[in-house]
Amino acid sequence: MSSAAASTPSETLPASAGFETRRRDRASMVGTAITGGATLLLLLLLGVILGNILVSGLPGLSIRFIISGADKDMFDVNKAGVLPMIVGTSLRVILMTLFVIPVGVITAIYLTEYANPVSLTTRIIRTAVNNLAGVPSIVFGLFGLGFFINFAGGTLDDLFRPRGAEPLWAKPGILWASLTLAVMTLPLVIVATEESLKAIPVGLREASLALGATKLETVRKIVLPQALPGILTGGILAVGRAGGEVAPILFTGAAYYMAQYPRALTDQFMDLGYHTFILSTQSPNIDQTRPILYATVLVLLLLTFTLNVVAILLRARIRRRARASH
Amino acid sequence: MKKLILSILAVMAAFGTFTAAQAGTITVKGSDTLVILAQKWAETYMGKNQNVKIQVTGGGSGVGFAALQNKATDLADASRKIKAEEVAECIKAFGKRPTEYKVALDGLAVYVSTDNPVKELTIEQLALIFTGKTKNWKAVGGPDAPITVYSRENSSGTYEFFKENVLGGKDFTSRAQTMPGTAAVLQAVSKDKNGIGYGGSAYGAGAKALAIKKDDSSPAILPNEETVVGGTYPIWRYLYVYVNPSLDKGDVAAYLTWIRSDAGQAIVKDIGYFPLPKAFRSNSGQ
Amino acid sequence: MSPSTEAVQESWSAIERGRRRRPVEYVVERGIFLVSLSAILMVFLIFLFVGREGLPVLLGRQTSAALAEVIPVADMDKTPPAKLQRYLGLTGTQFQEMDRETKLELMTLKAEGAQTLGKEKDARLNTLEWRYLLFPYQWTGYDRPEAIWQPVSTIHKYNILPLLIGTLKATLVALLFSVPVSLAAAIYVSQLAHPSHKEWMKPAIEMLSGIPSVVLGFFALLVMASFLQPLFGYESRLNAFVAGLALGIAIIPVVFSISEDALTSVPPAYKQAALALGSTPWQAAWKVILPAAVPGVCAAVVLGFGRAIGETMIVLMASGNASIVSASLFDSTRTITATIAAELAETVFGEHHYRMLFLLGALLFAATFLSNLLATRIMTGLKARMEGRA
Repeated sequence: MSSAAASTPSETLPASAGFETRRRDRASMVGTAITGGATLLLLLLLGVILGNILVSGLPGLSIRFIISGADKDMFDVNKAGVLPMIVGTSLRVILMTLFVIPVGVITAIYLTEYANPVSLTTRIIRTAVNNLAGVPSIVFGLFGLGFFINFAGGTLDDLFRPRGAEPLWAKPGILWASLTLAVMTLPLVIVATEESLKAIPVGLREASLALGATKLETVRKIVLPQALPGILTGGILAVGRAGGEVAPILFTGAAYYMAQYPRALTDQFMDLGYHTFILSTQSPNIDQTRPILYATVLVLLLLTFTLNVVAILLRARIRRRARASH
Repeated sequence: MKKLILSILAVMAAFGTFTAAQAGTITVKGSDTLVILAQKWAETYMGKNQNVKIQVTGGGSGVGFAALQNKATDLADASRKIKAEEVAECIKAFGKRPTEYKVALDGLAVYVSTDNPVKELTIEQLALIFTGKTKNWKAVGGPDAPITVYSRENSSGTYEFFKENVLGGKDFTSRAQTMPGTAAVLQAVSKDKNGIGYGGSAYGAGAKALAIKKDDSSPAILPNEETVVGGTYPIWRYLYVYVNPSLDKGDVAAYLTWIRSDAGQAIVKDIGYFPLPKAFRSNSGQ
Repeated sequence: MSPSTEAVQESWSAIERGRRRRPVEYVVERGIFLVSLSAILMVFLIFLFVGREGLPVLLGRQTSAALAEVIPVADMDKTPPAKLQRYLGLTGTQFQEMDRETKLELMTLKAEGAQTLGKEKDARLNTLEWRYLLFPYQWTGYDRPEAIWQPVSTIHKYNILPLLIGTLKATLVALLFSVPVSLAAAIYVSQLAHPSHKEWMKPAIEMLSGIPSVVLGFFALLVMASFLQPLFGYESRLNAFVAGLALGIAIIPVVFSISEDALTSVPPAYKQAALALGSTPWQAAWKVILPAAVPGVCAAVVLGFGRAIGETMIVLMASGNASIVSASLFDSTRTITATIAAELAETVFGEHHYRMLFLLGALLFAATFLSNLLATRIMTGLKARMEGRA
């Protein structure tokens, strides 16, 4: 972490400004132009993608589109809506946060407040968190099918359902999809929480202990409330990431079409991301359904991208605060 | 806080088991070719019978059979006949052969770009093109341009049907681009003037269906209701629904009867497939 | 990050001696420790459950031979039960509960299947053997040995070469596109841009990571494919190039963000010294800062690689999914991830196709696991060096 001041030599060394102009050579100008061009290209790319979706998506976006269901006819431009997908995506994401936030926050507390940073256990936990963050999303899908549905679901069915009956748990459902996503987003929550825990001044902890509080009391009453913005960031980041993921739920719960809303943890659900995939590859007439496709993408982006932006901005604020306190 | 979360979870779990036991839901899974039709059937049927809920999922005929064997669905939609090994798996899973119902007719159209001057092909020429032996449009009377072959994912019944009945069981060329749905095939073909693809004749916007000749001496025939139901168009098939016989009662049986009644078959035409000949229909449910 | 962890730890341990802990708290703290092990547990479970399903193929315990020995239907009563059970592929309880009629039906089905397969020369091959998985083979009806992935076929052909090549092609395009651009942008943002611009440029570029991959896939399929084809004039609309570019967009935030961090964390004294010696900001960035940050940039590339080979929806939608063995980047291509996504749903649990796809998943998991370890190793090394010097 370098301090902000150090990276601005032109301010600390005002004399260099005049010096630079004299020394400006062609290679430097070309280099600056190329790297500046690359930066511009990336910003343009972001702008083009978002702009394209916004411009083509807005005309199809109406109140009716948002509040009506696909049961009207999912490929009919004038009737189709995305409410079931919004509900399905929201449900799976909310359910996921219930699993991932407690586990992620507790792990982060252990890592910052309790663990010996050089012990083998801590190193293994960190390696595991790092690697979990890099596991491809489709592998989480396989894991969800192999572990949650076939193993956990199969065991539940064996224990609680009469033999030979239709499986209840050992089939794709919203519970399994949420759990799969919770495993996937665990590292995001851990890292974000840890970052905010570290930003809390050490003096606060010392003061609490000095007043006679035990370590656990200090963590619970002093450290955790202070870390809330970070936990929130982690949660938002996880929700934003999970909200748009399709690969992990392909085999664990997403349905092509459902006439009703999911009413049990074992029900399948319709999903915005999966619906985007269906509309772009399986619609009977792509050119005709293009408006609903773009509008669906726009809704998906409004839900996930906005959350991501909020998380990125929150994180930037926490980092600035952390820099200021150290 | 933990107590709160725990109690929420407990309530949800209880709720989960409770409603799952209550719901009188029919699940339908399988062929993408049939999914639009199945969905339309479901909508109309649910409109008439408020107490029945029907849930439709696509994925391909193979997906439907796999789900039938894994007992993850009540009905399996299929755009091809069930295979011997799939029957064997079903018998292992629930001790009986699944019951087969023919539910509609479909003509399989071969699509090219509207810019392509080629109008008709024989079955043999199709086989050569799709196995990769014929690589240039010149060989079949078109311009001097390489042929781009579009196919379907191998979980689709359309893929297997085409392979069995047009390619004579040979493999598709490995250069064939596989698309996740018929619409994707069509979209690709409509954008690629050298492309050729196949799919249900219900689709078709944006691309041109070829007239097909059974052999050199037969007439070239375009797919439409008359030629497909009449059996003169050479590439046609039945669309099926398979069901575990021990589940074929109550709501499920009533729904299956309705699908094959005149009322159900009228919807088939709206979607662009062809209704069953009178002899195959059920009488009740009107 | 860890210096502050150590600071926190130090303050705890300084006061540890004087503090009294209640028994309940001891239990809660052990609980916290146990929960924190969940990340390890999950990695272990993923390894176990993805690996377990693929293992029989790896060990040669699974066969995909379409045709095995046939017991005539009439001989059913003469066949010893144990042999019959194995022949019909039933579990013990299944076999015991099944009545004679059903067994007879299964036998008939087997015999029927065998009859139609009798003509196929390759029907007795176990195509899951290593030589069929990795090397080209001349199948009946083909003119020359070919590496073919055709799992749904009379003869199940499981050669993974086309998928490996497809994955590498798309990944290569993605890296060739995203690494230079991201690195250049990282140099500009961290070293050359005005500080007030840097404040918004970095989060803005990182916002690319907020676009879900299915949306990038959709964008590649509908917009990029149509835009790029006339520009480059290649034949197939969807190919490794289009998919690779979209993949590149997906990994830009990773490569950019980590490279930028690496460049920023080079001690400011380096830059100040270079500037004082009369170099331009560009010369300082290019000749002093960049070489010092090379390990971090390498880590960024390795992580980008791991992310690119594991990305699913983009390649599923934009690569054309043809399992071709060729060197051209403009051919359609089928990646490992897209294959799993497209084919898994139709497989029967426990059957060879299902196991083969899990084996591919395990392979993917191993590849990303290794690239992650490598990146972490590089970054820890870098940090240690930086802290030693700074």
